[in-house]
Amino acid sequence: MPTHSYVPHAPGYVDNEGPKIVTSRFGYEDSFTLERSQATGGYQALRTALDKTPAEIHSEVREATLLGRGGAGFPAGIKWGFLPPGKFPYYLVVNGDESEPGTYKDRLLMERDPHQLIEGCLITCYALGLQQCFLYVRGEMALAQERIAQALNEAYAEGYIGKNILGTEFSVDVVLTWGAGAYIVGEETALIESLEGNRGMPRLKPPYFPAAVGLYGQPTIVNNVETLSNVPWVTENGARQYKTYGSEKSPGTRMFAVSGHVKRPGVYEVEQGITTFRDLLYGDNFCQGIRDGHELKMFVPGGGSAPWFFEEQLDLPLEAGPVGAAGSMLGSGGIIVMDDTTDAVKAALRLVRFYARESCGKCTPCREGTTWEERVLQRILDGEGRPSDIEMLLDIADNISPGPYPVAADPAQDLDAIPFPPKQTTICPLGPSSVAPITSTIRRFRHEYEAKITKRDPIPVAAEKAVS
Amino acid sequence: MSRADEAETVNVTVNGAEIEASPGELLIDACERAGAYIPRFCYHSRMKPVGMCRMCLVEVDTGRGAALQPSCMLPVSDGMTVETETDLTKKAQDGVLEFLLVNHPLDCPVCDKGGECPLQDQTVAFGPGESRFVEEKRHYEKPIAISDTVYLDRERCILCDRCTRFANDVAGDTLIHFMDRGNNTQVNTFPDEPFASYFSGNTVQICPVGALTAKPYRFKARPWDLEETISTAWTDSVGSRITVQSSRNEVLRLLGVDADSVNWGWLSDKERFAFEALNSEDRLGRPLVRDDDHQLVATGWGDALDRAVAALQGAAPERIAMIGGARLTNESQYAWAKLAKGVLRTDNVDSQLGDGLPVEAVLGLPRATIDDACRPGGTIILMGPDPKEELGALYLRLRHAVLEDGATLIEITPRAGGLTGLASHSLHPRPGELPALTAALVAAVNGEAVDTAGVGGGVIAAAAAALDGPVTVVLGRASLAETGESVADAAVNLSRLDDVSFLSALRRGNIHGALDAGLSPGLLPGRTTLSAGSERVGEVWPGLPESDGLDTAGILAASAEGDIDVLIVLGADPINDFVDHAAAVAGLEAAGTVIAVDLVRNDSIEAAAHIVFAAAGPTESSGTFTNLEGRVSVCEQKVTPPGTARPDWMLATELAHRLGADLGLDSPESIRAELVSVSPVHHNLIEEALAVGRIDGVLVEGNGDIAAPVSTTADVPSNDAYSLRLVSTRSMYDDGVALRHSASSRGLARGLDVRLSPTEFDKLGVKPGTIVKVESSCGQLLAPAFADSSLPAGSAHVPWSAAGSPAGSLIDAGAPFIDVRVERA
Repeated sequence: MPTHSYVPHAPGYVDNEGPKIVTSRFGYEDSFTLERSQATGGYQALRTALDKTPAEIHSEVREATLLGRGGAGFPAGIKWGFLPPGKFPYYLVVNGDESEPGTYKDRLLMERDPHQLIEGCLITCYALGLQQCFLYVRGEMALAQERIAQALNEAYAEGYIGKNILGTEFSVDVVLTWGAGAYIVGEETALIESLEGNRGMPRLKPPYFPAAVGLYGQPTIVNNVETLSNVPWVTENGARQYKTYGSEKSPGTRMFAVSGHVKRPGVYEVEQGITTFRDLLYGDNFCQGIRDGHELKMFVPGGGSAPWFFEEQLDLPLEAGPVGAAGSMLGSGGIIVMDDTTDAVKAALRLVRFYARESCGKCTPCREGTTWEERVLQRILDGEGRPSDIEMLLDIADNISPGPYPVAADPAQDLDAIPFPPKQTTICPLGPSSVAPITSTIRRFRHEYEAKITKRDPIPVAAEKAVS
Repeated sequence: MSRADEAETVNVTVNGAEIEASPGELLIDACERAGAYIPRFCYHSRMKPVGMCRMCLVEVDTGRGAALQPSCMLPVSDGMTVETETDLTKKAQDGVLEFLLVNHPLDCPVCDKGGECPLQDQTVAFGPGESRFVEEKRHYEKPIAISDTVYLDRERCILCDRCTRFANDVAGDTLIHFMDRGNNTQVNTFPDEPFASYFSGNTVQICPVGALTAKPYRFKARPWDLEETISTAWTDSVGSRITVQSSRNEVLRLLGVDADSVNWGWLSDKERFAFEALNSEDRLGRPLVRDDDHQLVATGWGDALDRAVAALQGAAPERIAMIGGARLTNESQYAWAKLAKGVLRTDNVDSQLGDGLPVEAVLGLPRATIDDACRPGGTIILMGPDPKEELGALYLRLRHAVLEDGATLIEITPRAGGLTGLASHSLHPRPGELPALTAALVAAVNGEAVDTAGVGGGVIAAAAAALDGPVTVVLGRASLAETGESVADAAVNLSRLDDVSFLSALRRGNIHGALDAGLSPGLLPGRTTLSAGSERVGEVWPGLPESDGLDTAGILAASAEGDIDVLIVLGADPINDFVDHAAAVAGLEAAGTVIAVDLVRNDSIEAAAHIVFAAAGPTESSGTFTNLEGRVSVCEQKVTPPGTARPDWMLATELAHRLGADLGLDSPESIRAELVSVSPVHHNLIEEALAVGRIDGVLVEGNGDIAAPVSTTADVPSNDAYSLRLVSTRSMYDDGVALRHSASSRGLARGLDVRLSPTEFDKLGVKPGTIVKVESSCGQLLAPAFADSSLPAGSAHVPWSAAGSPAGSLIDAGAPFIDVRVERA
């Protein structure tokens, strides 16, 4: 088994010799097949689950404090408890529309170990009495769709899915659907709209909390791929064992996708809470530091929507609470590292443009505001900036996300962090996500904006830093 | 639905003042009642909120701290505190308006919406003074025609989802939708599929900017030049409330008015746009008479009236007849009824053109209102025409009732229609066998269901089992190739159901007013018969007919025999509207003198009229209109009639005067007063009630003296193996005289085709669209053939509404069914 390095048949995945809960099969070339899955304990947890009562499984997951891995980090066991009684049928929807900038961990889980995900879905359906499971996979992830489809066929043939699973009274069907290529359907209510055959646009919560009014108006549990991939392990090994990994509030492991200017970018399975950003970015088993001759300028800690962090936040643990208090979020587990060659305004524009293009067009502030921001940033970069543009950008941001926007502390300016999450004038957080790069960079690198506006070209950035 | 908390109210604090609101009420509405108007674009009280525009954000505190919330999506809850004018709220509103204006062109000076534009108004009231946006705005081709009548300017669109929600949720015609995303999001049609909805005009009315405009009004006026008055739509019998808007004595636009009991602000495009016919160049401004060369030439009123009087004076009462009257106001109908029955003493008077129902079926059964039919938890039995084609606004109400209020719909129609997708059970009996099917349905409620009229016993049993709550039968004549008597018999059967009432679906304009005015053989004003009402009416009228007269079919037949000396055609076109084309032509041509009263020359006038009176149209005279529920609402004069055209009632009084009688009627008000005095059912139709019911009108209730119908028809024999039984239904756009003279609706009439049940189509062995010959005992036609799986086996459909109403050549008036042969041409 290869160690300390990329796994050739799982592009992007790095085996760091740490505990493996969801990536245990990634080392096998044929990890996605039913044979390999069964040979390595696959569907054993399903048998274990079926021997217990649904309530026992639910309480095991609740006990394990299995945090949602999609972005919000809400405990799955508690979310599962929100289903109103007696409003049949209930549905499980698997959110496999991973498209947050910098995030590519669910894709690996779906491509490398689809049976683990399916097993997690089946156990969840059993635990909660859900009648049908919908696997929604991002439109662009062709290999994941193919592997899941293959795995579903194998699992049906083997009697793991369908009527009277493994000879019990438990029956459930799993349906595979895929998106048409829209970032917004990663938002759970937009995903449900898309699943219903409508244009993927978010619904307002309340009243459309999926657990109450979800798919086809029925109570629906929406869980992330990684969350559900943890379920078989938790079922098989128990909450107590699970909690031996990670910290007390964030037990278990979590997958992080690191990209950017590090020596060894990739997807890592990391113990939550006790590992720090510094461990992950600089550790020998992990990313091995910033590329030679350069130093860290900034990093996005949890997917493109997260406010940016800087050197002084490196020692924060990979844990939702402290990261939120420090003004950002762990979000989707996508870390984007930028070194001192990065132009802050250009970097902000790159992310803002993404949100402007991906806005679904529903809420006015997001539809019009994100594009406006993009065009102002582009204008500044084109050398056409106006002195009032900086304040205007902040005010446009304030009209999308009123009040102080979450930012990291800035010791140089003696400014405290503003904690996550932000307020919003929109239905979903897409619009406010576009604000993160702007407020993060203006607060920290206002001088780069000013230099561009006054036509003093601030590049190379590294040189300027040396001067100050 | 007797939740204890439903009657209770909740207390909400709006800007410091506590108000009471009902649970479930949306905050935006509660605030508006409290005097705190919250700006909005996407919210529309008749559609589900989407929270899309974000304009209605206000600061709401439900105990967990104040936060900006969209008030259109938030139901009130007890103890809620709302601030609509805080700095935070104002900043949010400012911000949203600035965002909306980022890409909105400031072409207000040339925009039709300028002056009545919610975006303009709310920018002034709530928006920032100027925009900080300095880049180039978004550009699209402008405007694009998305249908024959509606244009879309995507640059002006603020993407509020109103038109798209209307099309999808209200009308069920999902033909426009959002495409692309982000800042390129736009409303558009699907490729090669126009927004061909019968209700497209509503999207123009509810558009909060000038993005959607309608062809008839584009660049015709500025809103501040318009004068308006409230009135009632006249093209069908729903009685939708409208405002008539005019400028320089020309009607330019009709808008729907939200009458809670009727149309909820919606109109069909026919109701909305057919006013164009009133402005048509072909409108009659002077009376016409036929000269020695058989040409119709204009003349003076004295000449035309004298000629009419001369003809009438020489005729015995039974040799005088009058057809039509559904176009007229209630007042004009009463005046003409009094002239015909009271002065001329003929009972050969029929406002239906052989395409309606026996009056007992309309007036003599327990009656329902639209609201009754749409009751949550009730059952609607549709046994009549497709409301989508004939009674557009009623279709929208029924659709809402089924989709949103849990009403059950059972369809007993000759073929699939606009509501079929919503019907829990669709029964398509063989033509002519409605009575048998309804008898079987009623029997199945408490007993066995057997195969009947081509419908399986299981289907009948399932429909019977689905009957739930109060039942409303929407009753009309679905197929013109079956008789009204057959429908009436079916209604008699259904009247045996528990808790059942009937909503008439007679389609033509003010036909229900005409029946209430006694424009039907054997009737007198006030839902009474010649025998029962003679004493009451005889006190006021100079005389009465001696015995019951003929209906339209009888009149035309008698005329063809040479038994009618004077035939008055009161706003009707029998050649196109009477079910039997040949009988109409023969009857009109053989009548001694034909006196027509109309707005434009129609085919019957061209063919047979000797004297034509030019009448004032619906926006040109005042009066009232009775809709299919019996609801009376006002039609107000807005403009003057063309030339010397006169209101219909005035023509009746003038003729009576020249005949030596005084009708004693000198204004619409005086006519209403006399109607109330002779008609007990109209007792609540007093001027005060009409003023109070300015929007919703006054409901005239009860059956009067009209008894329920009794079964008349015999069993229907089955057709032989070589022939098919004919079905003929109408569609919204026909080749009727009103649409023929409406510039933007002309040309929308459907083409002629013949549809066969798939088995029959296969037997014919031709490709779809092949021209075939359809032949009945009275005529034949050629048409392309198609299969239609909703038709019962052994039947063929020919649309009534094709140009020239060719289906009329196949139909023999009075035959209980029409058998046709369809052969390769």
